[in-house]
Amino acid sequence: MEARSGVFSGIKIAGFGWAIVGPLTMKYFADYGATVIRVETSKRPCTLRISAPYKDDKPGLDRSGYFNHFSANMLSLALNMEHPQALEVARRLVAESDVVMDNFTPGVMEGWGLGYEELKKVKPDIIMLRQSGFGPWGPYAQQPAFGMILAAMAGLPNFIGWPDGGPLPVGVSAYTDCISPRFAAAALIAALDYRNKTGKGQLLDLSQFETTLYFIMPAILEYISSGREPARVGNSHPHAAPYGVYPCKGDDRWCTIAVFSDEQWASLCQVMGRTEYIDDLRFSTLLSRKQNEDEINELISGWTINFAPEEVMDKMQSAGVPAGVVKNAADIYDDPQLRQHNLFWPLNHPDMGLFTHLGQGFELSKTPAQAHMPSPRLGEHTEYVCTEILGMTDKEFVELVGAGIFE
Amino acid sequence: MGNIWKEFVLNGCRALDLTDENGFLCGKILADLGVDLIKVERPGGDPSRRRGPFWADVPHPEKSLYWFAYNSNKRGITLNIEADDGQRILKELVKTADFIIESSPPGFMDSLGLGYSTLNSIKKGIILTSITPFGQVGPYKDYQTSDIVTMGMSGILYQTGDPNRPPVNISIPQACLHAGADAAVGTMIAYYHREMTGEGQQVDISMQQSAAWFLANAVPLWELSGVILKRAGAFRWSVNSTQRQVWQCQDGYVFFFMVGGRAGAKTFHELVSWMDGEGMANEYLRSIDWENLDMFKVSQDVVDQISRPIEKFFFSHTKKEIARGAAERSISICPLSSMADLLNDAQLESRNFWVEIEHPELNTRITYPREFVKSSEKVCATRFRAPLIGEHNEEIYGEIGLSKKDLAALKQAGII
Repeated sequence: MEARSGVFSGIKIAGFGWAIVGPLTMKYFADYGATVIRVETSKRPCTLRISAPYKDDKPGLDRSGYFNHFSANMLSLALNMEHPQALEVARRLVAESDVVMDNFTPGVMEGWGLGYEELKKVKPDIIMLRQSGFGPWGPYAQQPAFGMILAAMAGLPNFIGWPDGGPLPVGVSAYTDCISPRFAAAALIAALDYRNKTGKGQLLDLSQFETTLYFIMPAILEYISSGREPARVGNSHPHAAPYGVYPCKGDDRWCTIAVFSDEQWASLCQVMGRTEYIDDLRFSTLLSRKQNEDEINELISGWTINFAPEEVMDKMQSAGVPAGVVKNAADIYDDPQLRQHNLFWPLNHPDMGLFTHLGQGFELSKTPAQAHMPSPRLGEHTEYVCTEILGMTDKEFVELVGAGIFE
Repeated sequence: MGNIWKEFVLNGCRALDLTDENGFLCGKILADLGVDLIKVERPGGDPSRRRGPFWADVPHPEKSLYWFAYNSNKRGITLNIEADDGQRILKELVKTADFIIESSPPGFMDSLGLGYSTLNSIKKGIILTSITPFGQVGPYKDYQTSDIVTMGMSGILYQTGDPNRPPVNISIPQACLHAGADAAVGTMIAYYHREMTGEGQQVDISMQQSAAWFLANAVPLWELSGVILKRAGAFRWSVNSTQRQVWQCQDGYVFFFMVGGRAGAKTFHELVSWMDGEGMANEYLRSIDWENLDMFKVSQDVVDQISRPIEKFFFSHTKKEIARGAAERSISICPLSSMADLLNDAQLESRNFWVEIEHPELNTRITYPREFVKSSEKVCATRFRAPLIGEHNEEIYGEIGLSKKDLAALKQAGII
């Protein structure tokens, strides 16, 4: 296997996490050159490996589109931690690693003898990053962390829905799973830098519940200040009208339009060919538009329904009015802007064929993220990790294979 | 700031934060990690200070709660970077900085003569992080936007809402937060590279792309199965059935979704025995082999039969009872938290999550999150409130040799 170049070249991460939060955090490092080793077992596989969709609808640990979408550039070491000889291999892995990543329910790592205190004995300057749902202690610590539940716990559905309906979940299931990894990755890089300069490792403890609260903080402050709880307001905005989602030509096609100023209102009227509304007292100022918002929304819907959302976007944007397509997954897949910024990496995977792996959300001008290799098959790199990274002899490796620990 | 920075991980780094509301969270994360974060506002204050809600509902640039939420741990100066003197001063400050974070339209910094190559010639190794709605290049780069537009373009909006109504946006802006948090990571990656090689670079953050980065399995589902994930409202969609996720309880709502197989079996077992203990389970629930329940194959009829007694059970309890019962059994069921619930939450209390920060001008203390990460080595806490307009002008401009007299002149000229 060729050596990786990149920002984190030489950094090794032992990844004991699973599902989304741990792997998505490690992705930042894997895509920028780190050697990320996912410790997995077929005895209890990562939940994404057993999640649909599968290639050709045939389930299989290496055939999940969900798992393979998110796991480019990572190595997979099959290691059954329930096997009595597995701990020794895990300790050797820790000894070679800079970072140990864990997003299991608190207690799992300790149960295996891989708590932070134990890790330090093996590697004094180890950095351990833990990201459970609620943190390692407290009354909810042992609750499993599903993103949809965490989002509700953090109050997000209060902000989703219509005045005449109940609260709704974020449509993207596991929405909170992408929040914690960003805070975690930033903190972990700071910790690596700190270790490089001081020689000291550390334990970093993040809770997915806690990081999600940063995404609603203004509303918590509003409650502190005024005692007001959030109300469900559909798509309306306190300082803009029209502002919302409008129906377009086609099956379940929609566009957004957001008008903040009288100038934008005038431009919108011109695009619609309804210049008589520009100075109409019902609509000419923000306050009058807010007052007659329902009427405006009806007028606009009656116009947008004649066009594809792309047409509405083009016409409005040409006139300087904020507007866009409400993109579904197929639109995202083909989005020219996201493609140009390399969000997606088509990579050849032995089971998936040419398959779209997720890239990064941003770009660095001099050290771009690298689409180095496709997502790993379970245990694909077991021999490589054991012999090349842990320095086992072939004989030793074969014996351990015989003992059945690499499952 | 002397010794205080020694307490923090990124001791000795400085960032100039020129962002508007689209970029606040980036600087907030860096500041919490210990970067000396200087918020650079235009004279009179950043326009985002006009954004509500406001303290005590009084619209005032020093009372924007949005500003408070994401600018604590930052010091603040005012500077008109469109004026020649302002640019000269900014360049002096750049000499002291490691990071510049900005969120102006693509090309704007270049048009002021403050593009990356100029900045890098002033301070070798500088990192310029730019946060814009669609990134620095590409067909949408100059598009006008707002949160609902960006969220629509990211794929999150389409999947959210009731099936028989238009997609509905999360009413508290999110795209700027995905981008801001992503920007903190991108900036840190660039920083790590600089510490290794001395080389700085540009970090290009697109709000659309940061939000689109995580769409769960929507993109592979389209690619592999040709299926477009649709809105399912209070339900969760799978191939043969939809399952309720939002349930009513006595005084609010409970979130619970059916997870099949081994992953969900524990919750089902515990829930059924909890219901049983109160005489609310039935023979049907007791007879199900939860370990082998496959949510992708299960029929609507089975889902409905499972749901009915659960619905009754939740409806007969309060949020508090359900939260306590779920915590005792370590199962994945939770009430929808109100803002009041969050401020009184037992878990957050045991984690010492909230901290009160002084706001002397308002004659009060306000509750903030203490820290997003607990480190065994260093503290990453919220230490002081967001800056007032130009609060640290004297302190920071003094460092680059501007006298009080200079500052008075600059103020008269509308530069600071």
